[in-house]
Amino acid sequence: MIELRQSRLDAAEALRAFEARAGDAGGLVSFVGRVRSEAAGGTVFGLHLQAYSPLTEQGMQTAADHALTRWPLTALSLIHRIGDMAPGDTIVFVATAARHRRDAFEAADYLMDYLKTEAVFWKKELTDKGARWIEPRAQDYQDQARWALTGDT
Amino acid sequence: MARLSFFGRLSDTVPSAEQTFSLPVSVRNTTELRRWLSERFMLAVLLDDRSIRIAVNDEIVCEPHGLCDEDHIAFLPPVGGG
Repeated sequence: MIELRQSRLDAAEALRAFEARAGDAGGLVSFVGRVRSEAAGGTVFGLHLQAYSPLTEQGMQTAADHALTRWPLTALSLIHRIGDMAPGDTIVFVATAARHRRDAFEAADYLMDYLKTEAVFWKKELTDKGARWIEPRAQDYQDQARWALTGDT
Repeated sequence: MARLSFFGRLSDTVPSAEQTFSLPVSVRNTTELRRWLSERFMLAVLLDDRSIRIAVNDEIVCEPHGLCDEDHIAFLPPVGGG
């Protein structure tokens, strides 16, 4: 399931919904990304996220399709916020389900690396010292490159 | 008329993130558009920063890419969510 959401994202509710459709998978992995309250630029009081439809949704769907091809998943969920958020708000919810835990862990890790470096979003952090656009760090690109080195991305 | 969209940090450096223009006859591809916009908006970054990609009609293109006056042209700084 792929979703771009303008309204608040309740991670606990998203997990319950995911558990309900994960079937008899033995392993479920979920990841929740939240707005930090502190950053290098100062105290954060907001985050603004832009997307570009339909490129954003198409890219998320391609990544999800790739994960489903590469790992034997029984279910997958990829929900991403757009718009204006406050510290503590959930930005992203990723969940994977598989018969065995390692497949679920790896697929969730792959999907987060995709979201960090390739998903079509732009993030603007608003702090007490001003606003700045956040672009991927070198480490984010290295994390994403791991998936190409180990297989068929 | 061509529709231009500016995303991420570029959206703060132009008067409006969504604009409609009639492209001059001298602008026939993305390279010429970068040059024209850099002069019009004093946006040297469009010439100097090749990490800014261009999408034409919702597809990221290899440059230079031909343009016509009905295209939707989007300027995309490096992306990243999560």
